[in-house]
Amino acid sequence: MVSPRTELLAISDLHVEFATDAGPVAVVRGVDLNIAAGETVALVGESGSGKSVTAMSVMRLTEGRVSAGRIEFRGRDLSRLPDAEMRRIRGGQIGMIFQEPMTSLNPVFTIGRQIEEVLVLHQQLSARAARAQALELLARVGIPSPERRIAQYPHELSGGMKQRVMLAMAVACRPQLLIADEPTTALDVTIQAQILELLRSLRREFGMAVLLITHDLGVVAHFAERVLVMYAGKIVEQGSVRDVFKRASHPYTQALLTALPDPLKPAKRLEAIPGRVPSPSMLPAGCAFCARCARAFEPCPSQQPPLFEVAPGHDTACFLHDPQFSAPTRR
Amino acid sequence: MSIPVGPTRTSQTLASPRVEAEALGGAETPVQQLWRTFRKDRLAMLGLYVLLSLVVVALLGNLLTGWWVVFDPTTVRLPDKLLPPLSVPSSAIAKELLPPFHRYPFGTDELGRNVFARMLQGSFVSLSVGVVAVSISLCIGVTVGGLAGFYGQRKLGPISVDSLLMRFTDVVLCFPTFFLILTVVALLPPSIYNIMIVIGITSWMSTARFVRAEFLALREQDFVTAAQALGLPEWRIIFRHLIPNALAPVLVSATINVAHAILTESALSYLGFGVRPPYATWGNILADGRSYIFDAPWLFLIPGVAILLVVLSFNLVGEGLRDAMNPKLRRRAD
Repeated sequence: MVSPRTELLAISDLHVEFATDAGPVAVVRGVDLNIAAGETVALVGESGSGKSVTAMSVMRLTEGRVSAGRIEFRGRDLSRLPDAEMRRIRGGQIGMIFQEPMTSLNPVFTIGRQIEEVLVLHQQLSARAARAQALELLARVGIPSPERRIAQYPHELSGGMKQRVMLAMAVACRPQLLIADEPTTALDVTIQAQILELLRSLRREFGMAVLLITHDLGVVAHFAERVLVMYAGKIVEQGSVRDVFKRASHPYTQALLTALPDPLKPAKRLEAIPGRVPSPSMLPAGCAFCARCARAFEPCPSQQPPLFEVAPGHDTACFLHDPQFSAPTRR
Repeated sequence: MSIPVGPTRTSQTLASPRVEAEALGGAETPVQQLWRTFRKDRLAMLGLYVLLSLVVVALLGNLLTGWWVVFDPTTVRLPDKLLPPLSVPSSAIAKELLPPFHRYPFGTDELGRNVFARMLQGSFVSLSVGVVAVSISLCIGVTVGGLAGFYGQRKLGPISVDSLLMRFTDVVLCFPTFFLILTVVALLPPSIYNIMIVIGITSWMSTARFVRAEFLALREQDFVTAAQALGLPEWRIIFRHLIPNALAPVLVSATINVAHAILTESALSYLGFGVRPPYATWGNILADGRSYIFDAPWLFLIPGVAILLVVLSFNLVGEGLRDAMNPKLRRRAD
């Protein structure tokens, strides 16, 4: 990690567990994540890898219990903030958008009212000022004829439009950090590109940092500066997008990249990763990817790999890169 | 939609008349919007007219029966007992006691009292019992159901809030409500207000169950998480975001509860625990009329039809409101 930079968000050693009938199950197991002001970071992983839970813990909206770790936002420990203070941060300094724009808006209110509500709540605007600002925001997120749309109900808007409205609400108070939890997963590809383009231009305009959570590597390559790959509740690889995509060093990341369909070779069979993500209640003692890894060797089943630096700013949690095992396969 | 024509300009100058009208339409308050949709529902409007005229009748009736001696519902005219509607008073009636227009519009009862005057007096009691009792039960029911639905998972010691509240609801539901009301009314001084309150606090259980069920489904919705992520306080999420979503089934059940409240009051009056006898309510007119069911059928038909009318109107208005509050139906209507 490059040290002399001002972190906007600093998550260190985050553990989140969920209570089940069979006792607590750890879903996030020691995640470190830093985001500098204005930076775009992608958190990538399969479903169930704990990426959404990590994001929700930042907002303190997870159903699970944060059992260890610190989440600092602008130097303040979020887990110790009183609720009222935390509410001011949510929607005020940290905005969030979700995977399902179809259901993320309240069906009984016009979209205008919902945007205005946020503005009135966080910025104490008058109703008139809030309306003007809402119109401006709708125009800014690219909704055509906002004067007409502002009085419409969510069911009258398409999915892409709704995601734009969600974005308008999330950035209404100029947050310093925007958490986008799979913002394009539910949208079709052309809309996806538009939303990402919008996200990018909003980020540039407002100078926001963005934490993008996705399982879509294409989106990451297109959008992020830095990427963290998560597997079974741990960060397995992190680095700049260029490093990770060009010189993926963890077998899991490599497998993910080869699993991407290549439109130029349509006849080629897609490479799937054999096996499946282990259930968080039955994790092996060692590396969680071990059972699916073609290159696993002696230490893997019994020891948990820490992060090894493969290049400045590029780390991977794999014993293949442990200098102690003079790894023959090291690239 | 009526388009207010005027010098009003929206921010963009390119706004075509239609867009401008729509933008102005958006500026209307939710209540105006509700009313605009509600107005299009003819049956609901009919119900609303009936209810409004009954309210006027009830208020007028209170004045008339109190201040005008010929409308006095307690005047006993024994020679004229059990006369059918529209009959002419007999010559034995003293001049100052003659009913207005020399007719008994709804006939007379077994003591020769003018049923029309009694119905007038009773309309106020019956309507207010219905409305006040249901308002009380709605407040309790929505609060209990909402808390149980929203905070259900929270634990208070060994039991969850949900089990605590809903088992309490079950306990109240298991009471023989009518006897509970009888007991309470017998202990309290006889007053119409006590009856309203007692009926209200014994009829909230079904509302609580409805609201809880709605809240359980709603709290899992993404928009609740989204609202939390926008920093809305919990009370605001509950009251401003969830209750409007949960209101539809509650409204319908409320209209039925109005009928129940009116009938409960009738039953209490019949047993002599309700409003004290000289004072008329639709319930005790109906109850008295039951003994003369074959000789003077108008005595139970008139209050019966009146109760039916109120209940029906409340139902129509309730359904109209439910539809008007559903935005998906709202837009399609215009």
